[in-house]
Amino acid sequence: MTTQVTYPANAYPVPEEEHHDPGENTLFGFWLYLMTDCLLFASVFATWGVLYFATDGGPGPKELFELDYVAIETAALLVSSITYGFAMISAHAGRKGGALFWLAVTFVCGLVFIGMEINEFHHLIAEGAGPQRSAFLTAFFSLVGMHGLHVTAGLLWMIVMMIEVSKRGLGGKTLTRLGCLSMFWHFLDVVWICVFTTVYLMGAL
Amino acid sequence: MFGKLTLDAIPYHEPIIVITLAVVGLVGLFVAASVTKMGKWGYLWREWLTSVDHKRLGIMYIILALVMLIRGFADAVMMRTQLAVATGGSEGYLPPEHYDQIFTAHGVIMIIFMAMPMMIGLMNIVLPLQIGARDVAFPFLNNLSFWLAVGGAVLINISLGVGEFAKTGWVAYPPLSGLSYSPGVGVDYYIWALQISGLGTLLTGVNFLVTVFKMRAPGMKLMDMPIFTWTCTWANILIVASFPILTAVLGMLTLDRYLDFHFFTNEGGGNAMMYINLFWAWGHPEVYILILPAFGIFSEVISTFTGKRLFGYKSMVWASGAISILGFIVWLHHFFTMGSSANVNAFFGVATMIISIPTGVKLFNWLFTIYRGRLRFAVPVLWTLGFMVTFTIGGMTGVLLAVPGADFVLHNSLFLIAHFHNTIIGGAVFGYLAGIAFWFPKATGFHMNERLGKAAFWFWQIGFYVAFMPLYVLGFMGMTRRLNHTDNPLWEPWLYLAAFGAGLILIGVVCQLVQLFVSIRDREQNKAEGDPWNGHTLEWSTTSPPPFYNFASTPIVEGIDAYTTAKEKGYAGWRPEKFAPIHMPRNTSAGILMAGFLTVMGFALIWHIWWLAGASFVATIVTLLVRAYDDDVDYYVQPDEIERIEGSAAGAKVAEQV
Repeated sequence: MTTQVTYPANAYPVPEEEHHDPGENTLFGFWLYLMTDCLLFASVFATWGVLYFATDGGPGPKELFELDYVAIETAALLVSSITYGFAMISAHAGRKGGALFWLAVTFVCGLVFIGMEINEFHHLIAEGAGPQRSAFLTAFFSLVGMHGLHVTAGLLWMIVMMIEVSKRGLGGKTLTRLGCLSMFWHFLDVVWICVFTTVYLMGAL
Repeated sequence: MFGKLTLDAIPYHEPIIVITLAVVGLVGLFVAASVTKMGKWGYLWREWLTSVDHKRLGIMYIILALVMLIRGFADAVMMRTQLAVATGGSEGYLPPEHYDQIFTAHGVIMIIFMAMPMMIGLMNIVLPLQIGARDVAFPFLNNLSFWLAVGGAVLINISLGVGEFAKTGWVAYPPLSGLSYSPGVGVDYYIWALQISGLGTLLTGVNFLVTVFKMRAPGMKLMDMPIFTWTCTWANILIVASFPILTAVLGMLTLDRYLDFHFFTNEGGGNAMMYINLFWAWGHPEVYILILPAFGIFSEVISTFTGKRLFGYKSMVWASGAISILGFIVWLHHFFTMGSSANVNAFFGVATMIISIPTGVKLFNWLFTIYRGRLRFAVPVLWTLGFMVTFTIGGMTGVLLAVPGADFVLHNSLFLIAHFHNTIIGGAVFGYLAGIAFWFPKATGFHMNERLGKAAFWFWQIGFYVAFMPLYVLGFMGMTRRLNHTDNPLWEPWLYLAAFGAGLILIGVVCQLVQLFVSIRDREQNKAEGDPWNGHTLEWSTTSPPPFYNFASTPIVEGIDAYTTAKEKGYAGWRPEKFAPIHMPRNTSAGILMAGFLTVMGFALIWHIWWLAGASFVATIVTLLVRAYDDDVDYYVQPDEIERIEGSAAGAKVAEQV
């Protein structure tokens, strides 16, 4: 190794010092993390499927779910995905005010969603249909609650990002982070569509 | 204030535990005192504990694995001696409630805290070097992953002295692991130790996948990657695809135990079989996570020590891929006795048998690589040859167990125990030991003692057969696993023989510890060159140990076995006229702090100390935010600094490393 070899000019491909874009790595890594999160949900969905009929003599989906209420909840979350999209358009265009405005709108929509979910849970538990009542309700509260915890984490993250944008502007690192939160937020939307379909729509059939 | 935690949680009345704790305490005091005496705490903190250097993290992973190997092996020796004495009316020296904790701890430690850290340690040291990268994609996450693994290991060891460990077997099946039948803290220790270390493993999987897909040296296509990198990549895909299932299933068990949910309980319509399905949907891929990197190590060792390129590189890559995919559709063979229909059992039985085909492809590739080569019988080669014979036997008994009819007879018997030790010891552990012998000079800059290494191999190899072949016989004779004492005179001679075999392996382990000591003592006489084995891949193109930036200039890659090509074409050792500045990450204490807080959180949750759990969770998030808004996380190594380091003779930093 200590012997030095003169490098024959133009004989071999001389590699450039690589300039990797750390932002691109972060986005790819975060996307991979989201795929693991997807499998986390898949496991709970599978459990939901298995425990769906295990009502243990207690109330079943038909007695418990109110589709109208959940439809409004769903609309709030779907709209928040669009408004997050507007926030990203503003951010990429470098419009700090616009990005902050749309993030705030997204935050309010997310808050409405979570508020309605907590209200629904409270209502069910007050009726005696809490997660301890039956395996069916255990699976219901866990699946919907896990999604709700994700949305809550997303909302907290959104507060942090709004502070970051207002203090630091829209630099490369901040844009990457906004991109990660964007993927996270849209991902939760997709998961919710599955929840809405398999839990509420199929339950109300 | 302290939840369920009282002074009664410390088992004063158990002499075995008290003596163990005393010895562990004395060793710990001795280590702490020596570090203090040498005044090395600052060095240790700055250069190692907070390091984001993948090579140092790798070495620390392997130290963790070796410490846990000793703990897990001590459990094994206790079980074998207990079963050898507890025959014919004798109760032995381990009462059932203690014995049950030992076999649970043995399984969890050997899989999660010995095999995984050893595999991830080797991957850390070698993989970035093999692809010509300066570090992994997320160096800080890498440090965090390591400390999360340590956090889990710390929890499991605390359970020895504070409270108890699970008495459920390492799989912790409900309803036994539910609150009704395991009201103590044992299962909670199990849950949080696995959750915390599992999070670390998941982050490692993501980290190394991004590293492999985004950080390869220019010119290295995916099908140019060294075979060890490839098998690690498959293993990382498996980590990313299977560990979330473990997280989910343990989360559900937690909800059952903490909030009275009904996932797996007997009451309320819960379904315990769902736990078992989900557990093995993680658990079966997990064994391939362990074995695939070992396959990669054997491939590197065989092709290096025959002086030939690997036979069938592409078939090796795709065989690993086939094993990874098939590994996901065989989980039900762990419980053919569940009572699913004959067709379901047949599907999983056939899928299981099919795995032997890609595995056979690998075995023939190794044989064809040896064919007409000049095999040098160094220590890594001995482990590899031992593996090829031993693992084949383990694979065949596995195919036998894959027949549902046969499985109904052998399920949970010692035949099964013999089978999976046959594959995990004869496959994964032999592989890691080969890998340590192979890459030790690269990581440290000096060779391991050859004679003691060979002695260790022979004691392990012979001891393995003496210890585990009797278990196949005992399985056929009807002995089931997890028995505390027996009264069948026909089993006795086989139990004695197995205990004797464990003694032989013990001598092997002692040989390895002495080998480590002797090698470090004689390091000045055994210095290693950058390329001590005449290797094929890029890790051998830099010094031993490599500088912290790995390569002074980005390596040249032309096809598979880039370093062999460089040597053949005569440009190995080439350096540019002027070095370019190198971008490197700074060390950080955020990883050890976050993992420390999460470990405290785990402990608090185990003992229901809610305020502490909340406070440590908040502390974790605050640390993360502080780290996220710290802008001083990287720097450039300037060309004159590189010139100075490259100018010094290879391996000159050996003493400092140790």
